Amino acid sequence: MGLTSQSSGLNVLKKEFNLTSGYNNPVIALAGNPNTGKSTVFNELTGLKQHTGNWPGKTVIQAKGYFSHQGQQFMLVDLPGTYSLLANSTEELIARDFICFADPTVTIVVVDSTNLERNLNLVLQIMELTDNVILCLNLIDEAKRKGIEINIEHLQSELKIPVIPTIARDGYGITALKETVFRVNSGEIKIKPYKIKYSPEVENKVIELEETLEKRIGHLKNFINFHWLALRLLEGDQTILYSLEKYFVDYFPSKILSGESGVQASGVR
Amino acid sequence: MLLTQLLTGKKARVVRLTARSQKRRRLLDLGLIPDTVVKSIRRSPAGDPTAYLIRGTTLGLRSEETNLVEIKELS
Repeated sequence: MGLTSQSSGLNVLKKEFNLTSGYNNPVIALAGNPNTGKSTVFNELTGLKQHTGNWPGKTVIQAKGYFSHQGQQFMLVDLPGTYSLLANSTEELIARDFICFADPTVTIVVVDSTNLERNLNLVLQIMELTDNVILCLNLIDEAKRKGIEINIEHLQSELKIPVIPTIARDGYGITALKETVFRVNSGEIKIKPYKIKYSPEVENKVIELEETLEKRIGHLKNFINFHWLALRLLEGDQTILYSLEKYFVDYFPSKILSGESGVQASGVR
Repeated sequence: MLLTQLLTGKKARVVRLTARSQKRRRLLDLGLIPDTVVKSIRRSPAGDPTAYLIRGTTLGLRSEETNLVEIKELS
């Protein structure tokens, strides 16, 4: 049975995020920690003048814009700044649900080059959820000023994703960023990000859960990353169940939250 | 000693988290990993939340969170 956007409830999501995406209108998500210059990157890419400011929580409501490169138009969505994708707050929930369910063609993660260690946590979480991730090393000039030198080649080979240094404020690196997005979209660049390996105990449980998911909701496999979902269920993340039900409403007539699907019973305490 | 007890201006090293499951993950995501150096920056007038410098970023944490972080004060 084919899964149309009508029946999957994905139309709910499209409406929620105000998306009119199609095959020729790839959607690019812009994610990152708070205060890394995401909105500045957004403005530089789109030529818009979205309000930027030096305080957290500014971009709670997602902003949307467009840019073109070599004749291809892209829709860019500026997600709220978060330290993680674990849905502890509205911002995190928005960012998580967007990357998880809206399935952007490419996700650009903007990081503060002066504080790479803190920022890479989110990068790893996003790489776990989706393959097409580009790392934007913003504020690279400030890092240099602070005596921080980043070995871009090495970072790229460790993470196995494209790494682009930028100074968004001055427009430096923006063309390179567009070019990389373009080449990922066209298939010229294929990304297979580094995946975190957990302890055998965790990995075995994840495999078990993935098998259960396959049995119970196998028809959703093309719409959600089962490995990632299994990890969230193992963590006891209730919010992912709510979101699943919200976006795939027609597929859970018996309500997954009641545990009837067996997803909950098998893996989550 | 708990992070809650760290006086303003003092530094400490995170020893361990007593938080479990989602709360634990939350604190780890904020950068409170064992051995991380934390500095208490300032306290809000009501005494809660308190601002801490953690891995290059200032974050406000409530005592319900800092009560779950065991530290060793640095002299």
